[in-house]
Formats: sequence, C-alpha cells, structure tokens
Amino acid sequence: MRIPTLLLRQLMRLVLLLACVSSLTFVLMSNSPIDPVQAYIGADMLRVGEEQRAAIAEHWGLNEPPVQRFFTWLSAIVRGDFGTSIIYRQPVVEVIQEKFMSSISLLMIAWLLSGFIGFAAGVAAAMKRGTWLDRIIQWYCYALSSTPTFWAGVLLLLLFTVWLPIFPVGLGTPIGVRADEVSWLDRAYHMILPAITLSLVGVSHIALHTREKLIEVLSSEYITFARAKGLSGLQLVWRHGLRNILLPAITLQFASFSELFGGAVLIEQVFSYPGLGQATVEASTRGDVPLLMGIVLFSTCFVFVGNSIAEWTYRIIDPRIKEWYKHEA
Amino acid sequence: MHLLDIHQLSIAFESYDFRMRKRTMPVIRELSLSVQAGEILAIVGASGSGKSLLAHSILGLLPEHAAISGKLTFDGQPLTDRRMRQLRGNQIALIPQSVQYLNPLMRVGQQVEEAVRIGNPKLERQKVFERFRLPQAAAAMYPYQLSGGMARRVLVCIAAVSGAKLIIADEPTPGLDEQVAQDTLLVFQQMADQGTAILFITHDLTAAAQIADRVAVLHSGELMEIAPASSFTGEGTALVHPYTRALWQALPQNQFIHVKGWQS
Repeated sequence: MRIPTLLLRQLMRLVLLLACVSSLTFVLMSNSPIDPVQAYIGADMLRVGEEQRAAIAEHWGLNEPPVQRFFTWLSAIVRGDFGTSIIYRQPVVEVIQEKFMSSISLLMIAWLLSGFIGFAAGVAAAMKRGTWLDRIIQWYCYALSSTPTFWAGVLLLLLFTVWLPIFPVGLGTPIGVRADEVSWLDRAYHMILPAITLSLVGVSHIALHTREKLIEVLSSEYITFARAKGLSGLQLVWRHGLRNILLPAITLQFASFSELFGGAVLIEQVFSYPGLGQATVEASTRGDVPLLMGIVLFSTCFVFVGNSIAEWTYRIIDPRIKEWYKHEA
Repeated sequence: MHLLDIHQLSIAFESYDFRMRKRTMPVIRELSLSVQAGEILAIVGASGSGKSLLAHSILGLLPEHAAISGKLTFDGQPLTDRRMRQLRGNQIALIPQSVQYLNPLMRVGQQVEEAVRIGNPKLERQKVFERFRLPQAAAAMYPYQLSGGMARRVLVCIAAVSGAKLIIADEPTPGLDEQVAQDTLLVFQQMADQGTAILFITHDLTAAAQIADRVAVLHSGELMEIAPASSFTGEGTALVHPYTRALWQALPQNQFIHVKGWQS
C-alpha cells in the first residue's frame, strides 16, 4: 500500500474519531446537572435577577434544542471558529494555546523521564532477575501502579513542601511577581515536582512491560546461541536484546499519551498548575461547553498523534515490517 | 590426548509437583565419551534421547533448574562453568539445530561477523561466505529473507569463523536439500582434516556412518554403544548392542526390519 493512501486512511479515522468523541461529550454536557448560567455567575447569584439570567441564556443560545446547538457549533468548527470560552472570555483557541504551552513542558519532561527510567529499570530487573534489585523494582512498580495519581501527588507535596521545604507548594509561577518578570528558571522550579510526580507513576507500566519482554527475549533460542558465541552480560543484552524489546517499549510509551493527559488533569489540579489539565476541570465543572469541546477535540488529536507515531515507529525499527511496506509500495 | 572427555555425565531436571514435592527427572544417565582433535564423533539417537541437552551441557547453556553431575575435561583441564563461559565462541562452537537461533532483527552478516575471533571480521565473513557458497549480498539480509538452506549455511559459517577446536553440530543437516547436505558433511570432513574435533549430533544414521570416525548411539539418555563407523556395514553383525543393530537394520536401504520393544 502506498504511503499517501495510508495517510489518507489515518486521516479519515481521525475525523471519524473526532465526530464520535465530540458528539459524546456534547450529549454528556447537555445532560449534566450543571447550569452554565449559574456556574458563570457564581457568588453574584443574589445580585443577578431572573430576567438577566434568562437574557444570558438567550444570548448563549441555551434555549435551543441540544441537537440544533450541536450543529450550530459543528458548522462554526468547520468554518474554523471554535467559539469563545465562557469562563475565560477569550477565544477557545487562544485559551487552549496558552494552557497547552504551560502544560507541554510538564508533559514532555514527565514522558521522557518515565520512558527512560522505566526502560532502564525494566532492563535492570530482567537482567538481575530474582535478585533483591529485581524485587525492589517490581515492588515499586506494583505499589505505584496501584496508587492513585492525585494521592501520590499529595504525598509528594507533603514530603517536599511541608516537611522538606525544597519545592513551592503549587502554581506555575511565584506569587507577587509580575508576569513579565517571571524567568524561565522560576517556571522550571515550579514544574519539577508535578513533573516528577507524573513520571513516577508512569514508570511502572513501562518498567514492568520491559522486564517481561526482556525475560522472554533472554530465554529465546537466539540469545542461547549468542551466549554460545561467547557474548554475555551487557554486551549480550545491548546487541541482541535491546533492539528486540525497544520497539514494544516505544510503542507503549507513545500509546500512553492518553494516560499522560489523564494524569496531567489530576496532577495540575493537585498542584494548582495552570495548564490544560486544570482548564479541563474548570471547563467541565463550570459548564463551559465551547472550551470543553475545544479541549476534547485537541486532546483527542494529541492522543491520536501518539498512537499513530507508535504505529509508525514499527516501520523504522522492525526490518520485517519495513521491508513489507517497501514490498507493498 | 583427548580434546574433550566426558566422564559419568548425568543431567536431571528438577521440578515440583502439585504437592510441592521435589521431583527429579533424569534425562542423561552416566554418559562417558571422548573426542580427539581431528575426529568426528557422531551421536545418534531418536528425538528425546537427550542429544541436544548433551550439546548444551558442554557449553554451559542448560537452564538453571538442571542438575548436572559428572566430570568434563577439555584440553587436559577440567571444564568448569567458568571455563565454559570463557571457551564458548572461541574454543568450542555450536551449530544450533534450527534457524530460530538467528536473531530475527539483526542482519545475518553482522551475526557472522560478531563470531569472528581472529582477524578482520568483515574479511573473514566474506571468505567464509565464499567457502560455503553464500552470495555476499546475503550479508545485508535478515534471517526471514533467507531460504532454509541458506540460513543453515549461515549457522555453519558462524561456527567456522570462530576458529574453535571443537565444533558441536546439533542436527545441522535436516531441511537441507541433498546437495547442500552433502556439501555440509564434506565441510565437516575438511574441518576435521585440519584438526578440528566435531561432535556431530544427528538422527541420521546413514550420514553419521558416512562421515564419522566413531558413532555413539544414545537411547533415552543412556549410551548404548560407541562403535567405529566401519561397523555400520552389511547386516551390522559387527555391532555389539541389539539396539544399535536394530537401528541399523531398520534403515530402508538395509533390511527395513521392524524390531519390537525398542520403540519408545
């Protein structure tokens, strides 16, 4: 199959996925007990009269049937208009852009850290199978994969901000400093703890998976033969093991974009970190449908890209699949 | 002096049954044999007779739950686990029994080159490919791209480039067409003539009798008999053990006799 055909097929899948996800979100939001007007007004409820509230609802088009509202939104999307966020009173695209910019570094650092540490831990555990090192790594992984992310976040907060005050308690920038005076160092300093928390939890998946895979590979016949050829230890694993386990590990890591995003939602909430995760929570609890829909579309694309990359790495690393593509082309 | 001397080798696998009682399953019992430099010793037996385990035990490649007893001597010195690890790949080489033993994700040229112990790996690989009539282009291929016969020749190449004094060939000929199989046997003979000892593990008694100096017959982990290859002729009257004789006589080109009681 030719590569353009493949890309086109991938694109069609994405469109279909976006349609499903956005309509599902819309159904959920229009059935949610949250009254957007009330959420918008908040504490000023007493000072805003019935008439004014009706006027707001009218202005937002809340009185129209949900199906019509959905299609109004959809036709605007097709024209490239994502609407205006109710709570931020800014275009949705701008909000997402701004929030994502502060989230992306957090996400990428957590992703890279968990990938490298997890892979290394998995390899170490498999190579030292049955020893205390293996047991510690396994124990850590099982303990963490059964730990809720937000709870781990709270624990780390307690540990590193209260008992050992090394890191700031929350937020993305220091308090009392003007936005244009915040240095990248300040931002990095505020990002370390959330990023570590997020990667700590992400490590266990990749480590356990890599351990399993490497143990399987180490008991394979070609490893036996490589031993017979005189290879051993790290050299053996480096030459004959890594390539064979790297592919599934990379795939898993790219496919974990969804968990990464889900983790970010919780972690940003715990650390009051002003990123896309926190915006998601805000948008859904305060009934900001345009923003939530925008975030849903965006995060779907984000996860979809991760999965697509996972699929395409096979073509680069596994010669059997690479040659197959070449042959089919 | 013998190059390899195996004295009273026993291998058993330990396992636990459902009541967690330790059970020991013997697979090789008190086996003794020896190989000289330049000699081809064939080890013949049906599948399940413990031939491959014997090969792996000499290289120290048995799984951890294997209980091994007996004394192995290589080149006059005891062959300990430590020494096995040092010797494998340069003094003792293996020709494994299937192409599954090639790394599926590594080019075969690289797999041959990493086995070279003396000289320029690339040059040695080119020479050995020529010797075994493999196209040089095959070096850039992955195992799945090779035909069965080519992959087997690659396995033979890997043992040949190591310059080992002892080559353990574990069923190297099945799946090869007649011509290539004959070529392989010829190569073994050439290597033996140059002083390499070869442990030729096979279930093909004809091939064994053709190139080996002596033939050891293995049955259910026990050594039945070690006979000179010249005994495998005519009706096999020179063979001592009834199992060996039965095996020889059962061959199609001999009498094709079915002997009751030896089918395990």
